[in-house]
Order: sequence, then structure tokens, then C-alpha cells
Amino acid sequence: MTRDKALSAAAIVAAGLAVLWLATDGLAAFTAEGARRLAVKRQPKPLPAVEFVDHNAKRFSFDDYRGRIVLVEFIYSRCGDICLVLGDSFERIRAALPPDTAPDRVQLLSISFDQTDGPDDLTSYAERFHADGHAWRIVRPVEAKDIAILLKTFGVTVIADGFGGFQHNAAVHLIDERGRLARIYGFSPPAAILERLWTWL
Amino acid sequence: MDLALEIKVATRPWAAAGFLLVAGLALPQTRNLLEQSLVGHMLIQLPLLCAAGWWGSVALGKRLAGLSDFAPAFVLTALFATIFWMLPRWLDAALTEPLVEALKFVTVPLFVGAPLGLAWAQLGTVVRGFIWANAISMLMILGWLYLAAPARVCNNYLLEQQETFGWAALAAALGISLYWTLLALFGSWNR
Repeated sequence: MTRDKALSAAAIVAAGLAVLWLATDGLAAFTAEGARRLAVKRQPKPLPAVEFVDHNAKRFSFDDYRGRIVLVEFIYSRCGDICLVLGDSFERIRAALPPDTAPDRVQLLSISFDQTDGPDDLTSYAERFHADGHAWRIVRPVEAKDIAILLKTFGVTVIADGFGGFQHNAAVHLIDERGRLARIYGFSPPAAILERLWTWL
Repeated sequence: MDLALEIKVATRPWAAAGFLLVAGLALPQTRNLLEQSLVGHMLIQLPLLCAAGWWGSVALGKRLAGLSDFAPAFVLTALFATIFWMLPRWLDAALTEPLVEALKFVTVPLFVGAPLGLAWAQLGTVVRGFIWANAISMLMILGWLYLAAPARVCNNYLLEQQETFGWAALAAALGISLYWTLLALFGSWNR
């Protein structure tokens, strides 16, 4: 009878550890943020065809950037805290890249997920962070309904902060030369991103 | 009335209460209300789902009274299932994936509440005390972790809610400790 006791307990321990192992991708991802970073690293993700418009009213889609590396961050123009850090890290990335080759090979996009962001809001954001409109464009989807599709694909959750603003999982998303979401980096410091870009350039 | 029927009649209200509780918690209104905040989700909804499973197990418990050998396995089942639902990514997933939410409503009563309820009747005072002590310290560590976390652990909850949860978990742990302390000092525990 004690044998049953020990055996059943051992079986549960084995099953329980196996479940927890699977549920954390081998103890590698405990949060949703960790899980999405690991998932795209293991399996780059194709992106939906979404049309964007930038702060100079020019339209484009991800496909226009095939063959380049695109760095994407999600923002909203009124953002006062985390987006400042994000904007700052894009500014530093841009400054650290070789000025002659970079604009043709590395594209920076700040995508607004705030439906109320109009052209003026995008422009003022661009001015705040000295985005030039070529190598770094501040954009929003042309169709408001594409915002949800984008956020879902990238794995970004946006929630109202109760003060008219938003909180969202902030990161720098790297789209590879084949147009797939290939890596997600912590936004600060940008050293890991720069290293990847330098080896590629 | 023969014994089997008597047991059946006596335990049926408990099982019914368990089912009703799960059903009540699964209503969209209740779900929204409780899942709006991390405290509501983790410290109210999950424990209530657990209680529902416990009540449901009362109906089974009498029939399984001979299976005392499986008490450790039941406690371990509850432990692993609890750890699983303490993982932020699965709590997050429950909010965004309906399938995971359904999984939560099934597995918390079935794999946490019910096995714990089944095992409890078989466990001695020392083991029960041991489980309580572990639950209290786990709750404290959890609260401490959430207070110390610099970034959001769950994508669906604000940083402020995370902090509130940290304090609430500490308060709950302190409350339970206080209860046991008072009971130990003044209660009739040694009857």
C-alpha cells in the first residue's frame, strides 16, 4: 500500500514537472512578453499586408522594405513615459549607424496605435525626436481596423491607463530582409540591436 | 433510508453549490468584474474556483474514503496546478485566449480545489499545518515579487494594479498568519 502511495506521488511529480516545462518553453518564458520574444526568435513570423501613412502623408507597406532590416516600435503621440525612452533609443540607434549606408538598408518605423493620432500629432512626435521622415518615419495604419491586426500579430497588448493614456508592452521589433518579424528586443539599452545591425550591414 | 442514499442526499447540496459557484463565476458580468483587476483575478476568482472544486469533491470524498494512499498525489496535483496558474503568461493568456480561459475554469476546480478537498480529510494536523505554512509563505513571496518587479509582469494589467496586488497578497498572508496565531494561542485546537 505504501508502494501505491509513493508511485502515485512520483507519477504526479513527473507529470507536473513535464507540464510546467512545456508551459514555460523549458523554463525560458514565464511571462507573455518572454513567450512572444522566444516564439519569433525560434520561428520568424510573416506580417500582414497593412498600408501605412507617415507624417509627411506618404503611403507605403512593409513589402516596400523587402531586402532591408526594419525596426518597429509602437507608440502613441501623447505618451509621456515609456515612449520617451523608446523614442530616445531609436534616436541613439540612428545616430550610431553609418550615415551613408544606413538609410538604404535599415529603416526605423514608429507606428502609432492611437486612433486619435492625426497627421499633426505624428509630425509633432517626429519633431520631438528629430525623425527625418526618411530613415525614420512616424506612421499610422491608413485603416483604423488594421491597428488591432498589427497589435495581435506583433503580440502587443495596449490597455488604458485610466488617465487618458495607455500602457503597453514596449519593445523594439526587428523585421528581417524577408519581411518577417524575426526578433524582439528590450528597448533599452539598444546595444544588442546595434550589434545585430552592424554584423548585417 | 440506507446508508449510500443518505450519503448521496447529504453531499448533493455541496456538489450543487460547487457547480453553481463555477457557473456564477463564468457569467460574463462576474468575469469582467473580477478579471478587471489583478487582485480580483488572483485573490478572489481563483480561490473561489478552488473552493467550488473543494465543495464538489465533498460528494466524491465519501465514496473515495478508502483511497487514503493517494492523499500525497492529490496534494501534489493541487500544488502543480497552482504553480501553473501563478505563471503570468498563462494568466495573461486566459484574458486573451477563450480556450485558455475555459481551461482555467475547468482545471482550477478539478486539479486544485477537488484534489485538495479529497486529500484534506485524510491528512493529519501536522501535514495540514505544513500546507498552511507553505501557502502563507508562498503568498508572501508572491506579494514581495510583485512589489519588487520593475516592469509589468502581465501585459493585461497596469503597473499600479500589480503593486496593489503585491500589497493585497502580503495583507492576505498576514491575515491568515494572524488568524492561525490567535487560534494557536487562544483557540481550542488541542481538543
